Amino acid sequence: MATTTDYSQAPINQQLTADDKIDLYRQLARIRRFEQATQKPYSQGKMGGFLHLYIGQESVAVGTISLCGAHDHVITAYRCHAHALSCGMNMNECMAELFGKATGCSKGKGGSMHFFAPDKNFWGGHGIVGGQTPLGLGLAFGEKYKGNKGACLCYMGDGAINQGAFHESLNIAQLHSVPVVYIIENNGYSMGTSQNRSSAYKDTLAKRADAYDMAWDTVDGENIYEVRAKTQQALERAHNQSKPTVLEIFTYRYYGHSVADANHKKYRTPEEIEDYKKNHDPVLLWRGQIISEGLLTDEQATAIDKEARKEAAASVKFAEESPYPTVDSIFEDVYWEVDNNTEAGNTGRHFFND
Amino acid sequence: MREIEYRDALNEAFDEELARDENVVLMGEEVAQYNGAYKVTKGLWEKWGDKRIMDMPISEAGFIGMGVGASMLGVRPVMELMFWSFHSVAFDQLVNNAANVRYMSGGLCNCPIVIRGPANGGTNVGATHSHTPEGLFAAFPGLKVISPATAADAKGLMKSAIRDNDPVYVMESTLLYGVKGPVPDPADGDFTIPLGVADIKREGTDVSLIAHGQSVLVALKAAEILQSEHGINAEVVDLRSIRPLDQDAIINSVKKTNRAVIVDESKPFCGVSSQLITLIQEYAFDHLDAPIKRVCSLDAPAIYSPAVEPEQLPTPAKVVKAVLSIS
Repeated sequence: MATTTDYSQAPINQQLTADDKIDLYRQLARIRRFEQATQKPYSQGKMGGFLHLYIGQESVAVGTISLCGAHDHVITAYRCHAHALSCGMNMNECMAELFGKATGCSKGKGGSMHFFAPDKNFWGGHGIVGGQTPLGLGLAFGEKYKGNKGACLCYMGDGAINQGAFHESLNIAQLHSVPVVYIIENNGYSMGTSQNRSSAYKDTLAKRADAYDMAWDTVDGENIYEVRAKTQQALERAHNQSKPTVLEIFTYRYYGHSVADANHKKYRTPEEIEDYKKNHDPVLLWRGQIISEGLLTDEQATAIDKEARKEAAASVKFAEESPYPTVDSIFEDVYWEVDNNTEAGNTGRHFFND
Repeated sequence: MREIEYRDALNEAFDEELARDENVVLMGEEVAQYNGAYKVTKGLWEKWGDKRIMDMPISEAGFIGMGVGASMLGVRPVMELMFWSFHSVAFDQLVNNAANVRYMSGGLCNCPIVIRGPANGGTNVGATHSHTPEGLFAAFPGLKVISPATAADAKGLMKSAIRDNDPVYVMESTLLYGVKGPVPDPADGDFTIPLGVADIKREGTDVSLIAHGQSVLVALKAAEILQSEHGINAEVVDLRSIRPLDQDAIINSVKKTNRAVIVDESKPFCGVSSQLITLIQEYAFDHLDAPIKRVCSLDAPAIYSPAVEPEQLPTPAKVVKAVLSIS
């Protein structure tokens, strides 16, 4: 997707220092290396369930979340590792969660699809396609209700836009002026079904926002400058006018819908995947960009990447050495009142085990 | 003590909690400008305005989910479903998000939300509008379910539900909204009733009638008939709260009377009654002088026919018959 505008000149990008730009690369590399480090333990059976990798899409999470302030929130679907790390979660707590360990961010109760860090404004990690879209609406509403200038970036895949809850959320967002930014990460496939086989639309998916009289835009996801420039416009609309936006960011995932997706080389051609890896990889593109801007050398970039790889390997070690949760812990974190040993939590029977 | 309608008792609970905590916000279809489909929220929009009392479009998944999301940030939404029967279009939000978000986040999130509305049959509105899902939702750990039968319980429990830091689903009844009962005057102090505490609505010695919601009134009528026509002194245990459940009150009553009949408007298969029976047989087996009986709605979708629907629901006559069968 060729872009004619030079988004590096957008004010929000002009504000970026050399260190900021290098840090964006560091984040991209860390996310890439973190997910690559999951592959071996997953194949060894050290992790259970699903593992939905984000590899190929890193610029979307990194670019958008780099704009968030104290009252801006992030919520996404099950492909959540990158958003979690971009919000500032550390690799150890994320990797340990994948291993189902007590040191995981959700104490081993959530798994790959359910990372959380409310203290970093990251609200998950949600497993049901589109189910998080009303929650994102609520987070944005909550900030507005409390009188703060904030927003919620609510992410979903291109498959989620056909869920009813999403359309209900769009209507309410516009009707009640809720400062939510819906970000469709369009990687072209809802599991094994291509966009053309899953969605009826004219021109673009984001254009559906027109039906709700809502602002929308499309974004080339491999260009971090463009991602930041257009997301900033949506955030300003949310902050200053308390209005929602739909952004459709074009991107691509290299791997299957999940690691268990056996058909991912059947519903798309190997050539298509290779083309993306070679010509559109967001990590390599940004690395090339900042090297060409003279901000760091190839050697320095490689050093950052090596550091990321080392951090990821250390997180695997941390996860391997961490304890599993206890069976007793199954009954923790069900009821707030019980966990906090309040009068309400001690009144009546809450659990019904024989 | 003054007597007010169940709907006005709820209204008072909302009004007092809106005044007590600025994070309390009422949301739902027709709750604001229309004054509520059943006038439960009458006058609140006029008093508290658009920010605190919000009309929502007919989008239960959207607005219930919005309430769940807002609650994670510390807003305390009290959300009306015009009928609990409409739970089906918001089911994902009700059982995946509200019930699970605390658990899946390892306790990092919590969801202090109240979702409320009527859940009852008996008004000839057909199967789609007559569901009684209290057992269904009580089956999801993480949720709390209450079902008040009287005006006082409605007010006291609603105030506790709003202050509770977990999701509380309140099952009311369109047949109870207009029923008057004694409710303490607000001037006499803050009136709350804790969740998880049953109430003995009638003391008795011969049989325990265990009920919740509208069925409590059925059980009380049956108890009168049993006393006057059969000389049987029935105790009526009003659960008030389904989860958490006051198991001690149930077991103590059965240990005293040695007989139990469950009156439960929900359907018999895996309903509230099924859970109660398993608890009674486990904890009071040696005290039972007869099999446990139950009077539920007849096990089919709710019939419309006004002439027939009353016979599908628990009635005092059916309760009397069940008691006589084990006496």
